[in-house]
Amino acid sequence: MSTSRIPEILRKHEAALLDDWTREQNQLGDISHRLSEADLRAQSRRFLQLLQEAATRGDAADTDTEAFREVRRFLEEVSASRAALGFSPSETATFVFSFKQPLFNQIRASLPSAEDQLAEIWTATLLLDKLGLYTMETYQKTRESIIARQQEEMLELSTPVVKLWDGVLALPIIGTLDSSRTQTIMENLLEKIVETGSELAIIDITGVPTVDTLTAQHLLKTVTAARLMGAECIISGIRPQIAQTIVHLGVELGDIITKASLADAFRIAMQRTGHVVVRKAATSRL
Amino acid sequence: MEVLKSDSLPIRTSEDMVSVRTSVRKFATELRFGIVDQTKIVTAASEIARNTLDYGRGGDLRMEALSNGTKRGLRLIFTDRGPGIRDIERALTDGFTSGNGMGLGLGGTRRLMDEFEIASKVNEGTTVTITKWSR
Amino acid sequence: MEHIPILRMGSFLLITVQVDMHDRLALQLQDDLTERIVQHGSHGVLIDISALEVVDSFIGRMLGNIASMSRVLDAQTVVVGMRPAVAITLVELGMSLPGIRTALTVERGMEILRGDVENSMQELEAEEPERAADGSSEV
Repeated sequence: MSTSRIPEILRKHEAALLDDWTREQNQLGDISHRLSEADLRAQSRRFLQLLQEAATRGDAADTDTEAFREVRRFLEEVSASRAALGFSPSETATFVFSFKQPLFNQIRASLPSAEDQLAEIWTATLLLDKLGLYTMETYQKTRESIIARQQEEMLELSTPVVKLWDGVLALPIIGTLDSSRTQTIMENLLEKIVETGSELAIIDITGVPTVDTLTAQHLLKTVTAARLMGAECIISGIRPQIAQTIVHLGVELGDIITKASLADAFRIAMQRTGHVVVRKAATSRL
Repeated sequence: MEVLKSDSLPIRTSEDMVSVRTSVRKFATELRFGIVDQTKIVTAASEIARNTLDYGRGGDLRMEALSNGTKRGLRLIFTDRGPGIRDIERALTDGFTSGNGMGLGLGGTRRLMDEFEIASKVNEGTTVTITKWSR
Repeated sequence: MEHIPILRMGSFLLITVQVDMHDRLALQLQDDLTERIVQHGSHGVLIDISALEVVDSFIGRMLGNIASMSRVLDAQTVVVGMRPAVAITLVELGMSLPGIRTALTVERGMEILRGDVENSMQELEAEEPERAADGSSEV
């Protein structure tokens, strides 16, 4: 149980605190174009209620406890909604920090002894600092998860596996291949091989600017994994510099079929699947 | 780092290996690992569990679901009171074998996971700790 | 004693692994299979592992052993239906199962085995070549 007077102060002067705080927030910066005055007031009132309940039940200086669970959850909501509304990190944290001034004033007005005032102001500082930092952290996490989701979406979009012919897939790779992107692309290709029952896949790296040892090894591993599943890969679009790099890096391509162009690879694929490409004699339509 | 959940299993018989694989798979699924990472983790667990059984004369597995704020992780700790490993560096090289055809066990397993630790004392036993984090 | 069922289809044997095998069950399969190859004079073995969620080095080695033993007994082995995640894991583990032939599906595996048998029949000018070519199944 808390021996602090803060819960009592929060309870007794709730209305006055709310007024002071709302005024304080409006003074600190104009956010009315993103959040209406009424919404802001509702948010502030809810926070005051939860804070008062938590501080009554638990230790006012320890916000990691069960008593503060609802407060923490509410702050998560606030920072997530503010992150989505385009608030900056400091604008988001200001919500909590701006409550300091009104609360300190109220502490000074309610307690006669200077010593008590000091002690309670210290407790209030600790409490609001922790909650403010928690809001920042949650804001950061929300942003990180948005970035992570976008990265995933980008990875998926950037790796289309296309069907060239019955039993022949092509994977044109464009852009730099880092380790995690290569992994995602390759897993995707192997899944598609199973889905479509294709025994041949052409990995075209014409659009890949450079290949390092790790990327080359990932390509090799993919070809080996495809073989274990019963499919064969052809690597095409190896540009002169990449051919040089591969040799300089000492990467052993073994018996993997490599072709300079996608067209050459496709020709091999047609041969392998028992097709013959013939050009019809010129007709009047052409 | 925070331990969200943990559990322990005995590794005494060849049938226990099947329940090791099943339980590890369950933990990995709950932690929302992708299918490839799940498979890597379960395979790694199977490799180490077999070492625990064959060379450590049986032991135990402790599974821990972890969180470090942004990433989720699965840590597996295998302990035995067997004869121990004399030369750990050599045991980790590919192709090393200490009997009936084991060779890829340790070195290969290390590649499947993100973290790999091994502590061993001759005549006292071996503890292998392996961890995988969400991507 | 548990066994993994081995089906006979003409001159081929078909094994569909549907359970997570413990080590003894895997060793039992090696014994059963070599016996059946000799018993029926089979020329091909098809192992469908599409239901297997995990293939560790032990099972990987067992597949290799089966292929080698079958070869000695004049039967070809094709492993079919390996899942992508399993394939990636085996490669990472350092096992590329050299000497094992693979196919995406049972149908394709059968075609490969039939092709093999036809080839060897032609070479040897065997007595009843049509038996392998029609591929009719009997269990």
